[in-house]
Amino acid sequence: MTDRGSSATTGGSAAPEIRRGEDETPRLSAAPGATAASSRAHITRVSGALAEAGPMPEASLYELVRVGERQLLGEVIRIAGDTATIQVYEDTTGLRVGEAVSLTGSALTIELGPGLLGATLDGVGRPLRRIAEETGDFIQPGATARTLDASRRWKFEAVVRPGDRVSAGDVLGTVEERPGIVHRIMVPPDQGGAVARVRSGPFTIDEPFGELADGTPLRLAHRWPVRSVRPVARRLRSHQPFLTGQRIFDLLFPVAEGGAVVVPGGFGTGKTVIEQSLAKFAAADIVVYVGCGERGNEMAEVLNEFPRLTDPATGRPVIDRTVLVVNTSNMPVAARETSVFLGIAIAEYYRDMGYRVAVMADSLSRWAEALREIGARLQEMPGEEGYPTYLGNRLGKLFERAGRAEVAGRPPRTGAVTFVAAISPPGGDFSEPVTQAALRVASALWALDPALAHQRQFPAVDWETSYTLAAEQTAAWFTGNVGKDWGELRRDTLVLLQRDRELRDIAALIGPEALQDRDRLVLEAARVTREVVLGQSAYDPNDERSPIEKTHRLASLAQALYRAGLDALDRGVPFQELDVAAARHALMALRGAAADRMEELAAAARQAIDDLGRRKAAA
Amino acid sequence: MSLVSRSYRGARAAAGPLLYLGATHRAALGETVAIDVPGRPALRGQVIDAGEEVTVIQVLEETLGLPPARATLTLTGEAATVAVGRELLGRIFNGVGHPIDGLPAPVGESIRPIWGAPMNPVRRVSPADFIETGVSSIDGMNTLVRGQKLPVFSGPGLPALELAAQIVEGARAPRGEPFAVVFVAIGITARETQTFLERFEKSGAMERSVLYLNEARDPTIERLLAPRVALAQAEFLAFEAGIHVLVVVADITHYCEALREIATAREEIPGRRGYPGYMYTDLASIFERAGILHGHDGSVTQLPILTMPDDDITHPIPDLTGYITEGQVVLSRDLHRRGVFPPVDVLPSLSRLMSAGIGRGKTAPEHREWSNQLYALYTQGREARLMATIVGETGLAAADRRALKFAERFENEFLGQGTYRRTIHETIELGWKLLETVPREDLLRISDATWAARRQAGGGSPP
Repeated sequence: MTDRGSSATTGGSAAPEIRRGEDETPRLSAAPGATAASSRAHITRVSGALAEAGPMPEASLYELVRVGERQLLGEVIRIAGDTATIQVYEDTTGLRVGEAVSLTGSALTIELGPGLLGATLDGVGRPLRRIAEETGDFIQPGATARTLDASRRWKFEAVVRPGDRVSAGDVLGTVEERPGIVHRIMVPPDQGGAVARVRSGPFTIDEPFGELADGTPLRLAHRWPVRSVRPVARRLRSHQPFLTGQRIFDLLFPVAEGGAVVVPGGFGTGKTVIEQSLAKFAAADIVVYVGCGERGNEMAEVLNEFPRLTDPATGRPVIDRTVLVVNTSNMPVAARETSVFLGIAIAEYYRDMGYRVAVMADSLSRWAEALREIGARLQEMPGEEGYPTYLGNRLGKLFERAGRAEVAGRPPRTGAVTFVAAISPPGGDFSEPVTQAALRVASALWALDPALAHQRQFPAVDWETSYTLAAEQTAAWFTGNVGKDWGELRRDTLVLLQRDRELRDIAALIGPEALQDRDRLVLEAARVTREVVLGQSAYDPNDERSPIEKTHRLASLAQALYRAGLDALDRGVPFQELDVAAARHALMALRGAAADRMEELAAAARQAIDDLGRRKAAA
Repeated sequence: MSLVSRSYRGARAAAGPLLYLGATHRAALGETVAIDVPGRPALRGQVIDAGEEVTVIQVLEETLGLPPARATLTLTGEAATVAVGRELLGRIFNGVGHPIDGLPAPVGESIRPIWGAPMNPVRRVSPADFIETGVSSIDGMNTLVRGQKLPVFSGPGLPALELAAQIVEGARAPRGEPFAVVFVAIGITARETQTFLERFEKSGAMERSVLYLNEARDPTIERLLAPRVALAQAEFLAFEAGIHVLVVVADITHYCEALREIATAREEIPGRRGYPGYMYTDLASIFERAGILHGHDGSVTQLPILTMPDDDITHPIPDLTGYITEGQVVLSRDLHRRGVFPPVDVLPSLSRLMSAGIGRGKTAPEHREWSNQLYALYTQGREARLMATIVGETGLAAADRRALKFAERFENEFLGQGTYRRTIHETIELGWKLLETVPREDLLRISDATWAARRQAGGGSPP
């Protein structure tokens, strides 16, 4: 996020040149090119992540500023008279009253271009690896690392010719960003005109590969303000499910591509494991993973694991399709607030290329808390539980950036951004403001339940509380692509689970032995469904990802077991003589089966189900 | 930052631990302030709000009897630092790092800022080394790994400190590498400190330990500094001296109360139950200092202890802690009452990094399945116990009766190990012994391969 070398935006402003090492100079007005007004602008107060500075009558809201001798990054969030209040994205310790502040003339932007995939960025878009080269093992403020690698040359293949008229979103050419992943270089949203010059060949992100007739240089990268929505041609309704590879979601609570899901859960309910499983196994072309105010060791795990994992769809390392945005809980709070916008802006950029992008944000509560913390320091009148009154509004705007769309420009293409937001409600209580505000704009709820987590039933998704608004919308896809009986299977499974809950309440009162045989069968069949179909181990290499066919097969077999049991009871076989244990065992083996033994174990499970009521008869 | 110090006579106002100073010259956020009052030992403070008109200073020591108008305040231009080094091993300090063992102040190998910078996540090594604590409920069910932060959630009167002491005495580095303990007492009673100290001395753990003690009678404000002073030392030992450091902090609840007290004095808008809205971030700045870094031999592992007010796990202190730490070990009043020690309730307990630290070459190849099975069966047993109170034991299904019996033995034999130190192999073997009290068909989480391997190894009951 530096202005070094990016003359297009930030470097072009009249910001005064303030260099390190000049800090002992009492007045900086001698800096060349500075206007008298801005050169006097200095810090008048520092408190927490906020600084006040003045006089800055020319400041605009959300303008990026450089604060103090170390040139910390900050953003103007309030202007009163000629005093600006600045939220600083870096540690403010040591910031001194009287140090100079300079305007950059642009909002917080992210540099978009080849080289984002595989990168690990902080909340304002600086690559953490390059920050480490600058400041070592521990992050010190003032690092200037630029988002993209300006020294790398990319092989650009032009698809337009001189004389072509292009407008915003048109594909100018391509670069192979990672093996097998085409990065389409598009006309930035605010540009267009006739192509004067264009040429294929190796270019860095700063070297123009061509020029428009009006002299605008064409480059591989451009900057985009992270808080602004990237325009699309048309928003579309989606009928394609976002396949997660997790049985409980794909079967019971599917979301459409372009949907927005909230995953609230108290600590220890497995939010992060779910987010990571989705990042690894969900059917998406590109994944943006935003670690917002979470644990450093988790990010280390992701960084360690993703390069070694293979994306089953392409056979390439998962890291090749992933952009990581990391702002751990002990990194500056203001940058936590921006990290989610940064992730969404990157996702929209890849969507514009025509990709299906998934954004995992873990956790949105930390984002909301950053809002609250800044709001409190601004002494804003707080709303519910101290959160600012605009929380719901901001959340809504964020969620609305998910969606499937016909993107701008030629050739025509569609892309989608699916948003999966984890929420960490205090005390696991979903009535709190962040969960409630998110539910108003989400298309599905995957509610996590500590009781299930304590029973080690993972994913600990509470099937009674969870819901999806996309079941109807995606039903046709499932029946057409997976199985005609998909709709019934889903309904039957839900009915069985519902009946199970009612019976368990009764059984708790009168004891299971007192139930009717048919009811006891319900309890057993539901147990198999919970263990084999809904339960899935993130640590079993054979089961961490469930292809939709496997999900269908296991769910069908669980239902078959239930029906075979009912048949046997109808034939007069008493419940005690049903060999449910053997069938359960066979299904469990199938759940954990390696791909090459799947058919064999499926046949065995089918046999065990057929034999359900026959053992005693044969003996 | 420039190091010119500036002195001012007389603070404009004082409130609790805060002093308000009029116009100052270039005050910096976080700089250390020396506060001199004639006839009193010098106090230390820190700038927490720097402004052209008013600068707010948080006094880091007891302000009782401090006359603000007569004080001379010197802004030193430097952030708070502390001396760290291997020579501190075996020593005892107060919450701000002054020796209280009668020996002179250490020179130290280095002077470090106490407000540590965050580790760059890309420089972190993913924790994966098993630490054998000798406690079955931890080693077997909620395995601790190096670089992890695993708190103990206790309740008033539960033996959390005893468990911590047992872990400190019993913890072994897997390959016998250098190992040290940094113990931080925050607001605990003199009696608790004494108990802990005696155990340290007796077990010989003292010579590889550094102690920072802030007792209940010590200044509140020091409670905010003590863990950071200690972590500066821990980070030095780990990342400069190559030592594996276990940091035990007791009690985080006192820390949070101090935080709330200071926030109230600053007239901040309170969050849940009066705790400041930034408590999550503040706690994270302590807990996130656990970890391992590429290119360094040592590690920082944290074992913070907190007391859940009224045993309420949804209280903001355990709640926010649980969201930051990598799991939790929860103590149970019910088990404690029945004389089970350590009274760890394994169901709400969790170690998020367990999977990385267990398995072939680390603990036992079947460890994951084995613990999943113990969990499943114990859960079933606990549910059966609940049901039995309504329908009576005879009303239970046969499998539930077996699970109930298993749960009793699991609590008394597996969890209730007393002060005896078990190796991981003893723990695994005992778990198997208990699992084998039920028929194979009850053991759904054990795969056929694992079962066969177990039978071949000589264990297992006949079918």
